[in-house]
Amino acid sequence: MSALLAIVRRDLLLAMRRKSEMLTALFFFIIVVSLFPLGIGPEPVLLRKIAPGVLWVAALLATMLSLNRLFAADHADGTLEQLALSPTPLGLLVTGKIAAHWLTSGLPLVLLAPVLGVQFDLDASALGILVGALLLGTPLLSLIGAIGAALTLGVRGGGVLLSLLVLPLYVPALIFGAGAVEAHISGLGASGHLSLLAALLALAVFFAPWATTAALRVAME
Amino acid sequence: MLSVTDLACVRGERRLFSDLAFDLAPGEWLHVQGENGAGKTTLLRALVGLSPPAAGEIRWRGAPIGRLGEDYRRELLYLGHHGAVKEDLTPLENLRVAAALDGRQLDERDTLATLHRFGLKGREELPVRFLSAGQKRRVLLARLVTRQATLWILDEPFTALDVKAVDMLSALIGEHLAAGGMAILTSHQTMPMANGRAVKL
Repeated sequence: MSALLAIVRRDLLLAMRRKSEMLTALFFFIIVVSLFPLGIGPEPVLLRKIAPGVLWVAALLATMLSLNRLFAADHADGTLEQLALSPTPLGLLVTGKIAAHWLTSGLPLVLLAPVLGVQFDLDASALGILVGALLLGTPLLSLIGAIGAALTLGVRGGGVLLSLLVLPLYVPALIFGAGAVEAHISGLGASGHLSLLAALLALAVFFAPWATTAALRVAME
Repeated sequence: MLSVTDLACVRGERRLFSDLAFDLAPGEWLHVQGENGAGKTTLLRALVGLSPPAAGEIRWRGAPIGRLGEDYRRELLYLGHHGAVKEDLTPLENLRVAAALDGRQLDERDTLATLHRFGLKGREELPVRFLSAGQKRRVLLARLVTRQATLWILDEPFTALDVKAVDMLSALIGEHLAAGGMAILTSHQTMPMANGRAVKL
C-alpha cells in the first residue's frame, strides 16, 4: 500500500516539475470547448443542446493528448524495467500510475467543466450533472487509455495508433456521459445514465490494471 | 543458490546461445563475456525474468524464478544500460523514490552518506538532468548500497565511469561478495576481483 502511494506521489512530483505537459492538455480542452460557442453564435437553445457532447468530446481528446506519456517516459529511461523488477507487484504500481494520470489530467477537466459550461447557457443543476458524469467518466478514460498506452508502447507511430485503438473504446463513456446531461435537461432524469457509467467504471477498475500490466510485460520482453 | 540449466535464448529469428549452464554460490561472481551482439544483455534479462528464455530453467534457492516472483525480485538488483533515473528529480529524490517503490523507507543520513561515497557531494539537490553521464551513472549505482540485494546483475556497470569510480565500484562489488553476496556482470574490461568465473557466449 505504501508503494502505491509512493508511485502516485512520484508521478505527481514529476508532473509538477514538467507543468507544461499538463497545462497543454488543459488549454487544449479550454480552447476546443470555447471555439464552439464562438463559431455557432449566441443561440442559447442550440448551445444548450450541443453542450454535453462538445464538453465530452473535448475531454476525450484532451485525455488522448496526455496518454502518450503515461508509460513512454518510464519506458525510455529504463525506470519501467525497475518497476517490473521491484518486489511490489507491477499491477499495484500500474494502478498507482493510472490514478496519478487521472489526478493530473482528468480531475482538472472535471473542475474546469462547470466554468466552461456557463458559455453554453447550462443552468446550475445541469452543470451539477455534468460534473458528476465527468467525475465518474474521466477515471474510466484514464483506465481504458492505459490499456491502449501499454499496447502501443515502443511501437513506431504509436501516437496515431493509440487514438485509433482507444477512441472507439471511449464510445460507451461518451454516450452515457453526454447522455446523462441531455436526459436531465429533457426532464428524464440522469440516474440511469450515471448508474451505467458507474458500472463501467467498476468493471474498468477491476479489469484495466490487469490488462495494462499484461501488455506492459509483453512490451518489455 | 542460482543455478541455470540448458538455457537457450532467441532474439527474433536468431538463436543467440543454447545449452548454457552454470551455478553461482554465495561469494562468487560471474563475468559474462562475448562480442557485441552475442546475447549478453539478453542473458541478463532472462536471468532477472524480464524476457523468458526459449528453453532451459533458471532456479533460485532451488525453485524456478517464475514461480518465486516477488521473493526472487526482493533479493535481486538489476541495473541495465538505461539510466533508470528520473532526470527531473534530484539524486536524493531518485534514491528515496526507488526505495519507496520497493516498499521501504530510507534513512536520510545514510542516503546522503551513500551519495557522498559515490562522489556526488554538493549535487544532492540538483536535478539529475544537470549532471554528466558519469555522474548519472553514479546515481544509479548508489542503489547498489541502498537496495541491499543479494544478487546483483549488472549490465556494463563500468561504462562512463572515471578511473576512481571504477576502483570504487570494484571495491564495492568485492565487499558485497565478501559479505556472501553474488554478482553477475558483463564488461569488456578485465576485472580485479577474486572468485570470479567466466562464461563466454
